[in-house]
Amino acid sequence: MIDAWKGFKGKKWQEQIDVADFIISNYKEYKGNENFLEGISPKTKKVWSKCEDLLVKERKTGLLDVETKAISGINNFAPGYIDKENEVVVGLQTDKPLKRIVNLYGGTRTAEKALAAYGKALDPEIKKHFFMYRKTHNDGVFDAYTTEIRKARSAGLLTGLPDAYGRGRIIGDYRRVALYGVDRLIEEKRKDWELIDVSSEENIRHREEVSEQIKALGEVKEMALSYGFDISQPATNAKEAFQWLYFAYLAAVKENNGAAMSLGRTSTFLDIYIERDMKKGLLNEQQAQELVDQFIIKLRLVRHLRTPEYDEIFAGDPTWVTESVGGMADDKKSLVTKNSFRFLHSLINLNPSPEPNLTILWSEKLPSNFKKYCAKISIQTDAIQYEGDNVMREIYGNDYAIACCVSAMKVGKQMQFFGARCNLAKALLYSLNGGYDEVSGKLVVEGIEKNTEKVLTFEKVLKNYKKTLEKVAKTYVDAMNVIHYMHDKYAYEREEMALHDTDVERLMAFGVAGFSVATDSLSAIKYAKVKPIRNEDGLAVGFEVQGDFPKFGNDDDRVDQLGVDLVKFFYSCLKKHKCYRGAKHTLSLLTITSNVMYGKRTGATPDGRKAGEPFAPGANPMHERDLSGALASLNSVAKIPYRNCCQDGISNTFSIVPEALGHNQKERVENLVSILDGYFIQNAQHLNVNVLNRELLIDAMNNPWKYPNLTIRVSGYAVNFNRLSRAHQEEVIARTFHGKR
Amino acid sequence: MSIKGNIDSFESMGLVDGPGVRFVVFLQGCPLRCAYCHNPEMWDSTKIKQQYTPSQLVEKIKRYRVYFKDYGGVTMSGGEPLMQEKFVAEVFKLCKKEGIHTCLDTSGFGDASDELLDNTDLVILDVKEVDEKKYEDLVLQKMEKFNKFLEKCQKKRKKLWIRQVIVPNYNDNKASVLKLKEFVNKLKYVEKVELLPYHNMAEKKYKQLGIKYRLEGVRAMDKAKCKKLENELK
Repeated sequence: MIDAWKGFKGKKWQEQIDVADFIISNYKEYKGNENFLEGISPKTKKVWSKCEDLLVKERKTGLLDVETKAISGINNFAPGYIDKENEVVVGLQTDKPLKRIVNLYGGTRTAEKALAAYGKALDPEIKKHFFMYRKTHNDGVFDAYTTEIRKARSAGLLTGLPDAYGRGRIIGDYRRVALYGVDRLIEEKRKDWELIDVSSEENIRHREEVSEQIKALGEVKEMALSYGFDISQPATNAKEAFQWLYFAYLAAVKENNGAAMSLGRTSTFLDIYIERDMKKGLLNEQQAQELVDQFIIKLRLVRHLRTPEYDEIFAGDPTWVTESVGGMADDKKSLVTKNSFRFLHSLINLNPSPEPNLTILWSEKLPSNFKKYCAKISIQTDAIQYEGDNVMREIYGNDYAIACCVSAMKVGKQMQFFGARCNLAKALLYSLNGGYDEVSGKLVVEGIEKNTEKVLTFEKVLKNYKKTLEKVAKTYVDAMNVIHYMHDKYAYEREEMALHDTDVERLMAFGVAGFSVATDSLSAIKYAKVKPIRNEDGLAVGFEVQGDFPKFGNDDDRVDQLGVDLVKFFYSCLKKHKCYRGAKHTLSLLTITSNVMYGKRTGATPDGRKAGEPFAPGANPMHERDLSGALASLNSVAKIPYRNCCQDGISNTFSIVPEALGHNQKERVENLVSILDGYFIQNAQHLNVNVLNRELLIDAMNNPWKYPNLTIRVSGYAVNFNRLSRAHQEEVIARTFHGKR
Repeated sequence: MSIKGNIDSFESMGLVDGPGVRFVVFLQGCPLRCAYCHNPEMWDSTKIKQQYTPSQLVEKIKRYRVYFKDYGGVTMSGGEPLMQEKFVAEVFKLCKKEGIHTCLDTSGFGDASDELLDNTDLVILDVKEVDEKKYEDLVLQKMEKFNKFLEKCQKKRKKLWIRQVIVPNYNDNKASVLKLKEFVNKLKYVEKVELLPYHNMAEKKYKQLGIKYRLEGVRAMDKAKCKKLENELK
């Protein structure tokens, strides 16, 4: 056995690249409580205080600095430090902390626009050459887009598509670099490359891509060398394991600016190295926490250059450095280690922060001490999210991770073609208005019969709605195929894909917005009396609703089933059309913060929502319509099928006031654990938990200086509340706060 | 023919009305007219909002079992649940068959049958006032029924959580709280005593309903002060 692996057990992972086998063979489950944790170390304190100063400056202007003399690439920037002598994990995206990278491969216009928004401009030489000789992803997409796609896109029927920015949601298995060293990974990739013949276009592309992956791995090695580390061989101790793994991740965020650049599932992997060092007496608890905290600091500093339009759909400058923590190894043993605690504890040592996006893979079978600790941290920080391990482990095994907010994938074995979302509420209006847009009056979807009924009848509306959705699904799949073809061609993620198996499985992630608006609208038409108010062109621009109707979010099957049928139907429509590169269709109910923008662009709906009013985020019931309490609301969402339907995630965000959660801390912790257990036992998939008062948020909106670290969960991610726009803040405040009677 | 319950509303996530996670049922109708009542819309039992048979209600409650664990369960509140005593008794009987913990959140103003109390795991008793005269002024009813109910609970050894609402310039003083303490000390099977700070958020409801609000202008009870008074009970 090679020296670096001494003390490790298992064989399979030595013979082939198999990090999951390494973890299962070597990790030590921890069932105890949090009392072993240590506070912030003096070194970390120094490094973090420098960062805090910079973060304050950044918050004032929105952007601290940007490198305009070089563009994205693994080894295009000089090494950078925060406070060299006190940093135990090193490496920055550019030569200075929080200095952003310009990425031109996605689209030059987007990059220029983003720079202009901050009064910056690209170096004229770079501009001249890049613009002259290099075609971008965005250029390619618009060469191939059809008229239908363009119309759907500009009407706001399909939006947020990654056709002008990096698609993201690809998780490299960054652990591989620490476990195997780069040389072994290159060697394995070479073997794979030799085996790919050139008998088809697909194979030729694949062979070229693997060759690019090998080059990228070489660049990671060089980049690490510029910091004084040779990562060609496996990490020999915990400090190196953190450093090697971080370099691998850092290369990804130097090369790409994907919407979500997630980390994967690293804490338990790293715990194995910590345990080995501790056994040898090389590391104590304070040093272990120091490694974690400093690693977390680096993750908090990751930045990308964004346009104002981008901020509108993903508010608060999120990067989705999502790290999945916990989960079960099998039905009996969990994957919780001391390092799972340490990662969460960083929220105490370094104050709450939205990034990294700490995601607990929850099962009622997790050790009770860990469950309580998670609940305690949630109540204290509002910074973590929960995802159902029961329903996901069944599909992805025990070494999957979450990309972005709710997208599960097997680490290093699956990747995703991210596809934003389709506006289900707008599609419903199109089905009433003969495919004409209710805002612009333009024809967007052809071949739809206009509804002329005085009072809408359910059967007729549903029939037309289904017809509309079938057409929209075709346009949507077309758009996605074009986008990902071009992204692979012009902005291929060389390094991230190098950290995947060569024969990777691909998922194509479609999404919907306006789920509860569409569902409640159908319910209103079915159970109440809905009269459209039409304008001179005969377009329904308002609705008069007489009588009451069941609303999604009250655990009432009459309406919940309408929603379930709706997503099932839309998914079946998508599946009728083949995906690029044999990708498997998946679907999400996730809006991030685009629910505000979607609402703004959508006319009045039959559920009584007024024109321009925000949708509820993700799979959430509409604001203040879930009036039977939080658990009824949770039960409604839990009915939406994950397996074989919404397999890209069902996002649910709920807020509860602290007093309603229990009389004291102990009760609150226990009750939150009960809520999470009960929700996820029903095979629910995701829950964001905020424990706070509406009054607090209103105060923070008006006096931001009083709450510099106020972190809240929005929709699949957390944000610093002060970084949201006023419109987004108001939408968050308008949501249901459970426990207010 | 099964008896039907008239129900105002549900709270699927009650976390302060009994142990653990509670499914709380708010029943319509109340014979008391407490000055500080925050649910005046539940007084009237003639305008029926929704009706459930006991088995229909238990089916609904069972949807929340996954959250209850061993200690959570159902809490019947209101209004005054004793006004629909037969219905509540039937619901609790069915719950006990299902192994669901039952809690009666009451002012104690009403007759409770053996059947009801035998199927009740916990009684949350709102002790409006210990002084008879003050009780009458506050709730506009005689205290006799309350005393009878409490006596029966004691005889049946029912576990009790005692509650009292604390209103500024009315009972937010040490003397008053000590009186309550003295009262509670004479009781058996008391597991918990809580003081609830009065809030004035119901004032709007009174206006909408066109009912005169007897505590008009009284400010909300300071939570910290209420907590301090609660410490006097220990």
